[in-house]
Amino acid sequence: MAVKTLIIDDQLISALEEETLLQAAQAAGIHIPTLCYLEGISEVGACRLCLVEIAGSSKLHPACVTKVAEGMSVRTQSDRLQKYRRLIIEMLFAEGNHICAVCVANGHCELQQLAMDLGMDHVTLEYQFPNRLVDLSHDRFGMDHNRCVLCTRCIRVCDELEGAHIWDMAGRGTRSQVITDLNQPWGTSPTCTSCGKCVAACPTGAIFHQGSTVGEMVHERTRIEFIVNARQNHQWQF
Amino acid sequence: MGQKIVIDPVTRIEGHAKITIHLDDTGQVSDARFHVTEFRGFETFCQGRPLWEMPGITARICGICPVSHLLASAKAGDCILAVTIPLAATKLRRLMNLAQIIQSHALSFFHLSAPDLLLGMDSDPQHRNIFGLMAAFPELARGGIRLRQFGQEIIELLGGRKIHPSWAVPGGVREPLSETGRHDIREGLPEAYSTVHTALEQFKQLLHQYEREAQTFGNFPSLFMGLVTPDGQWEHYDGNLRVVDSAGNVIADRLDPAHYQDFIGEAVEPWSYLKFPYYRPLGYPSSHEHCRLDNGMYRVGPLARLNVCTRFGTPLADQELREFHDRGNGTVTSSFFYHYARLIEILGALEHIEQMMDDPDLLSTHLRANAGINQLEGVGVSEAPRGTLFHHYQVDESGLMQRLNLIIATGQNNLAMNRTVTQIARHFIHGSDIPEGMLNRVEAGIRAFDPCLSCSTHAAGQMPLHLQLFNAKGTLLNEVWRE
Ligand code: SF4
Ligand code: FES
Repeated sequence: MAVKTLIIDDQLISALEEETLLQAAQAAGIHIPTLCYLEGISEVGACRLCLVEIAGSSKLHPACVTKVAEGMSVRTQSDRLQKYRRLIIEMLFAEGNHICAVCVANGHCELQQLAMDLGMDHVTLEYQFPNRLVDLSHDRFGMDHNRCVLCTRCIRVCDELEGAHIWDMAGRGTRSQVITDLNQPWGTSPTCTSCGKCVAACPTGAIFHQGSTVGEMVHERTRIEFIVNARQNHQWQF
Repeated sequence: MGQKIVIDPVTRIEGHAKITIHLDDTGQVSDARFHVTEFRGFETFCQGRPLWEMPGITARICGICPVSHLLASAKAGDCILAVTIPLAATKLRRLMNLAQIIQSHALSFFHLSAPDLLLGMDSDPQHRNIFGLMAAFPELARGGIRLRQFGQEIIELLGGRKIHPSWAVPGGVREPLSETGRHDIREGLPEAYSTVHTALEQFKQLLHQYEREAQTFGNFPSLFMGLVTPDGQWEHYDGNLRVVDSAGNVIADRLDPAHYQDFIGEAVEPWSYLKFPYYRPLGYPSSHEHCRLDNGMYRVGPLARLNVCTRFGTPLADQELREFHDRGNGTVTSSFFYHYARLIEILGALEHIEQMMDDPDLLSTHLRANAGINQLEGVGVSEAPRGTLFHHYQVDESGLMQRLNLIIATGQNNLAMNRTVTQIARHFIHGSDIPEGMLNRVEAGIRAFDPCLSCSTHAAGQMPLHLQLFNAKGTLLNEVWRE
């Protein structure tokens, strides 16, 4: 296993060659904001919040899907990055209907936390106020498309960790949305095992426990972490 | 040549409204109207939301009385879950509502109305606000501010925050009172009592001075409606509705609030966003019939609650209640007495809180009944500081809101407020030369009802007053700004 040495934010770091910049930075205690990334499932580089600057390249690179390389010099913080990250969050807020004050995930939401970290005191873009639906047909969980940021984490945990693949994407552009099975009410899905991994994985209040009131939707990830650990450490090889 | 006077915005009330006064050719007041110029639309945008979110969302209707909406909403939710919530949760909800009554009444009396009452209706508008009050009556102003804080703190102790706690939920409440919280409440009671006693004494002395106002500030016969216990005692959270007329006759009793549509009608007028609820059996009063005694105009809120109940149920408040009824010769018909009623309710609420303090249930952890959607419709009713509040919900099988109807206290007082404005204007305004103090009386007449038109407060009285004089053709004749 080859080891690469690189510089992240003036810090000399060594990392395994198959590691991503995000993993290397995290191991060195350097924080890079993320949204679509969830440890233990595949990376898709969808949200672009983890963009970093690499010396010698004029492009910005998503840290979650960029592998480390020998002699790389990386910046995770700059005015330019800050500006783009804030803009991304503003776009997410403007595109959905995110009313934190009355949301089930208020105080436990990654989108809200990112907005706070990035100093998003207001949204400079025009709100779209899309007309989206809420699905309460499942007896334990609910899905509110108003709060979905299309990170696809639910799709990936369901497919990669649970193996059920009830979630998928449908539509294009502003009509994109996650769907259950053949775009049917969640409660009618014959493939859903009601394991709750998507509920835990969702960064916002889009997927929630039924009966949750304001701020009650805490994302309990220990089960996901347990499975990821067991897999990574090959605890289940018989 | 007829004239029209516009007071816009009305200051030191919660929300945005204006008053227009129409003068006839001889300069006498022909009509006056209280227009609510803001539109909120909660009943529409809540459609499609999960029932569970309703207490949190509807509490946002108001920053002064979020607890009232929270409770009425949670009660409508209980109904849809078809559960009886744990006794401890009921007691805790009652405690929070009492705290809410205290803080809201303290705000209305000390911050919003005391400047008129203590500094004088004709005093300099520059100083006729809470700051002027602090300069002239530092002890009373301080006590009033601290009394409001006491109520707010109880709400915070229970719900985790002073404003918009999301604590009451369909099925119960989220947290009990803590041992230290109980201790803090006990500690705060003596000062709260002393403030309300002082304010009551001071108000009673003022009653002589304000005899003219007491007679003209919405002093007319009307119906009164409020919740009472089965034996007719003052009630704020449960119980049934009672309607009395101005002679003190109980004209309807033990009305089930869930069937409010049988006895409350809601009319609309093109010139106001606020609906005009009326007591259905007696019909909607047409504008020419305001003076008839047998129409469906009714008042809610502190004055109404004290008029409908036979007892308060606590010693000090009961003593005050007797005196209140004596002063008003039985049923008190002057809206000026809303202020008085507010102080008595604060006193009674403090006593009720004190009586609860030893109850171990307040610390219980069995607080929430879990259930799914078991009924597609539910009505939740409670007494908000300003009067009876109705939340009526309809959901689909999965619990998504299909329809909601909210009847708020201020709406129910709408007819009476319009009547009050006309009465005061007729009495104090003659001709187009209008002294500022007269205009302030018109506003003060509205303030007596403590209308809450939204979640905005203009507690410092700093909003400008805009007065316009129009002739019958709508030409602007004169314009005065009060900064
Ligand atoms: S539902 Fe949640 S996890 Fe799934 S795509 Fe939307 S935000 Fe991401
Ligand atoms: S976390 Fe890297 S693109 Fe979303």
